[in-house]
Amino acid sequence: MRHIISVLMENEPGALSRVVGLFSQRNFNIESLTVAPTEDETLSRLTVTTIGDDRVVEQITKQLNKLIDIVKVVDLTEGDHLERELMMIKMKANNGTVRAEIKRTADIFRGTIIDVTPNTFTVQLVGASSKLDAFIEALGTANIMEVVRSGVSGIARGEKVLSV
Amino acid sequence: MELLSGAEMVVRALRDEGVKFIYGYPGGALLHIYDAIFTQDDVEHILVRHEQAATHMADAYARATGKAGVALVTSGPGATNAVTGIATAYMDSIPMVVLTGQVMSHLIGEDAFQETDMIGVSRPIVKHSFSVQRPEDIPEIIKKAFHIAESGRPGPVVVDIPKDMTTPTERYEYEYPKSVKMRSYNPISKGHSGQIKKAVDMLLAAKRPVIYAGGGVIMGDASQELIALAKELGCPVTNTLMGLGGFPGTDPQFIGMLGMHGSYEANMAMHHSDMILAVGARFDDRVTNGTDKFCPTAKIVHIDIDPASISKTIKADVPIVGPAQAVLKEMLEQLQAAKSTPSAESLKTWWEQIEEWRGRHGGRYNTNDSELMKPQQVIEMLSKVTNGDAYVCSDVGQHQMFAAQYYKFNKPNRWINSGGLGTMGFGLPAAMGVKLNFPDEEVVCVTGEGSIQMNIQELSTISQYGIPVKVICLNNQSLGMVRQWQDMNYESRHSQSYMKSLPDFVKLVESYGHVGIKVERYEDLEGAMREAFAMKDRMVFMDIAVDPFEHVYPMQVPRGSMRDMWLSKTERT
Ligand SMILES: Cc1cc2nc3c(=O)[nH]c(=O)nc-3n(C[C@H](O)[C@H](O)[C@H](O)COP(=O)(O)OP(=O)(O)OC[C@H]3O[C@@H](n4cnc5c(N)ncnc54)[C@H](O)[C@@H]3O)c2cc1C
Ligand SMILES: Cc1ncc(C[n+]2csc(CCOP(=O)(O)OP(=O)(O)O)c2C)c(N)n1
Ligand SMILES: [Mg+2]
Repeated sequence: MRHIISVLMENEPGALSRVVGLFSQRNFNIESLTVAPTEDETLSRLTVTTIGDDRVVEQITKQLNKLIDIVKVVDLTEGDHLERELMMIKMKANNGTVRAEIKRTADIFRGTIIDVTPNTFTVQLVGASSKLDAFIEALGTANIMEVVRSGVSGIARGEKVLSV
Repeated sequence: MELLSGAEMVVRALRDEGVKFIYGYPGGALLHIYDAIFTQDDVEHILVRHEQAATHMADAYARATGKAGVALVTSGPGATNAVTGIATAYMDSIPMVVLTGQVMSHLIGEDAFQETDMIGVSRPIVKHSFSVQRPEDIPEIIKKAFHIAESGRPGPVVVDIPKDMTTPTERYEYEYPKSVKMRSYNPISKGHSGQIKKAVDMLLAAKRPVIYAGGGVIMGDASQELIALAKELGCPVTNTLMGLGGFPGTDPQFIGMLGMHGSYEANMAMHHSDMILAVGARFDDRVTNGTDKFCPTAKIVHIDIDPASISKTIKADVPIVGPAQAVLKEMLEQLQAAKSTPSAESLKTWWEQIEEWRGRHGGRYNTNDSELMKPQQVIEMLSKVTNGDAYVCSDVGQHQMFAAQYYKFNKPNRWINSGGLGTMGFGLPAAMGVKLNFPDEEVVCVTGEGSIQMNIQELSTISQYGIPVKVICLNNQSLGMVRQWQDMNYESRHSQSYMKSLPDFVKLVESYGHVGIKVERYEDLEGAMREAFAMKDRMVFMDIAVDPFEHVYPMQVPRGSMRDMWLSKTERT
């Protein structure tokens, strides 16, 4: 099963490499990984999506918790949560039919065209990863020139927060 | 407040931490620190002949005392030579602080002379590591390093110190912190009483209980608590390789080591038990054998300070996270306060069964199939001559297993060996580290002619500091453990497991100023051994010729259950 694990860690040099190293050292899978500072400048927030059975995911959270730089770990998928990923996708758009098709699909998915040249469109799309996948499927891969995805960020619904 | 340079702060912080010995080897990146060592005599530096030995000496001190040992190695090759020692400590959860020199900060990343990214290289084999960025942080970093290494599940910590952090002319206010607090690191101090209650109820109801105790009992200083609980319950106790000595080896409730080379009775008892109380043990693959066939009728209570050890390979029915000492103590209190006691009737039946197993196959070996001495005989003699009280530091191989099986360890912290990594070359420096710190105790290195040659250069360190350890070399003229596997799985094709051109060990050690004794007949063994131990202030090397064809038994059949064992070259369960 797919899990979204959120981590608060000390904003120390080397902290990120310990997390990444742990995943490869212990043969855990990483689907996506994002990391950025938080409102508290001593802390970074890291989100990792991974696929594994219960035993593996239990090990992942336990092993993450053991890292000295890590302050908190939560498996967001255990409760109600929101997930978002940002995608920028550059496509060949060199004739009227294709341009209209991309525009129409982007509208349906609530994407935005953020860059235009005579031969290309670049669309920005935000949503759950499955929505981004669906967008790519809807347009087909033939015209795709480049796809950039941010990886997943997540947050619990309601009043629950991840903080120190 | 006193003003000290970074180099002086390193040495002063070690003193203030109560460190008596550090083990190391100098080099360019450490010259300021070595100069600071020269001008004081609170902390004594032991100059090894290879950095690996420095780490094993520090590690063995920790295994004997529970306190972190300290190694000091220079950047680049000095640091990489220490890697095996760090990994050895990591695998066995041993507290250690390794100070590594580093090139000047402004050169880092430029492939400078003797630059190695030691933080990166050591990352998977440390509990934590620090890179010093400002000299004034040194006291706090060193305090944190010891705190992290020694608390919770212990482990090695690396502190990487760029040379410019130790410049003698730059001085800073020095104060050694009394304690440190880290919001991201709070080791647990007691177990969950509700979980302990569940475990106690299970213990009261169990008909065929076994206590399976490991290295966490040794490192967690919980041997007394374990003995008290076992006495209260009257049940059998087995130890892992790392747990030996945690329960007295001569106690009738002790059924031997379990696992790959565990005793017949311990493996049978585990397989047939209805309840396993695991304490500070990590269900290693050398213990469980095939995990799908592991102890089919047993409910499992698992006490461990590290939640990640619980249900990692074998699912626990009742997990208890906490230090073994505190948890066992509370368990005993709850047990004594309970209204019922375990059924004496079922315990009696259980013991009858165990004694039957013990009588059938326990501790046997054949002395008639060879002219030569059996390695087991040598260990039994060692146990007798030292009354089971010596510090026994082992290398890795068949000799290690014979020592584990036939030496009767009566006290914790005295069996010192590399279990998780299985590092050949560990034994001699380990014995040196222990002997330096316990000069009045008998300290033995049990080794093979293969392993001893992996750190033989330390005979020179022994001469320099006068460290009178005793080496018992079970010389079977082969890499016996490899050869055994080749006998059993590769139709005796002894690929590269035969040691040609062995040195004359007696002459070799004599050239370093030590005493060498060669023993070839069993009749001479006891006399020679007593003679060796009578030389209190000499390092003595006993080169003992043993049967090269001997195998270690029992040996579990791969991927079977715990009870599937070879009992000799011809018998299987
Ligand atoms: C040639 C060879 C053969 C071997 N054969 C065998 C064999 O037959 N049988 C065998 O048992 N081993 C054998 N081993 C060793 C094996 O590889 C493992 O090292 C060993 O089984 C692990 O022991 P352990 O489970 O006690 O764990 P350790 O590695 O000692 O780990 C200790 C555990 O206790 C926990 N802990 C630490 N401190 C505390 C505390 N204060 N309170 C509570 N918990 C704590 C830790 O978190 C950890 O889970 C062999 C090794 C070699 C080299
Ligand atoms: C550094 C290292 N290299 C290789 C091994 C694999 N190995 C395990 S036991 C063994 C043979 C040990 O020979 P010896 O020290 O003579 O002991 P014996 O088994 O003969 O008693 C080897 C090569 C190891 N454990 N450590
Ligand atoms: Mg040998």
